[in-house]
Amino acid sequence: MEQARVIGTVVATVIDPSLVGVRLLVVQPEDADGAPNGPPTVAADALQCGAGERVQIVHGREAALALPISFTPVDVAIVAIVDGSDRCS
Amino acid sequence: MMLARVIGRSWSSIKHPTYNGRIVFHVQPVRPDGSSIGRPFLAVDAVGAGPGELVLVAREGNTARQVLEAPEQPVHAVVMGIVDEVSVAGAPKGSA
Repeated sequence: MEQARVIGTVVATVIDPSLVGVRLLVVQPEDADGAPNGPPTVAADALQCGAGERVQIVHGREAALALPISFTPVDVAIVAIVDGSDRCS
Repeated sequence: MMLARVIGRSWSSIKHPTYNGRIVFHVQPVRPDGSSIGRPFLAVDAVGAGPGELVLVAREGNTARQVLEAPEQPVHAVVMGIVDEVSVAGAPKGSA
C-alpha cells in the first residue's frame, strides 16, 4: 500500500474483456512529503479520482477486491483519496 | 514481516468502506539496528501504534486480511505489533 499522485490516464481499446469499463489511471508513488517514491504505475480507479489528486493505492490480489466486480485481473487499485498526510519525528 | 518505524499518517474521507475508522500510517522499513532500508509505504494500523514507534509490519494481503478481520477486502499491508526490543547476536539493539 502506498500514497501516490494521479498523473495521467490510460486508454486501451484493445484490452482483456474483463477490463472493459475499468478506469485506468497513471499514478506516481510519493512519500509523506510528496516526493517521488518509486516508479509510476497504472492503477484501477474505483473512486472516480481526478488528475493531480493524492490517493492511497493497494497492491496484490487484494486490489481487485476494491472494484465492483471483485474477480478482475488488476494488481493495483486506488482505495482512498487523501485529504491530508503528515510526518512525525 | 518486517521491522518498521511509524513516520507519519495519511487520512482521507473518500475511501473504500473497509478503511472507515482505520488509521493509515506511513512506515519506513528498518534493520534490527534501527537504520532505514528500502522505501517507505503505507500500512493500516491494527494495534494502536503511535508516531515514531518501532512496529512489526506485514506487507502481504492474506496476512493483512486476517489481522484486520476483513476477509474479502482490499487491504494489503498492516501494522500488527509494537516492538519492545530487538535482540540480534546477543546484544539488544534498536529497542523502542
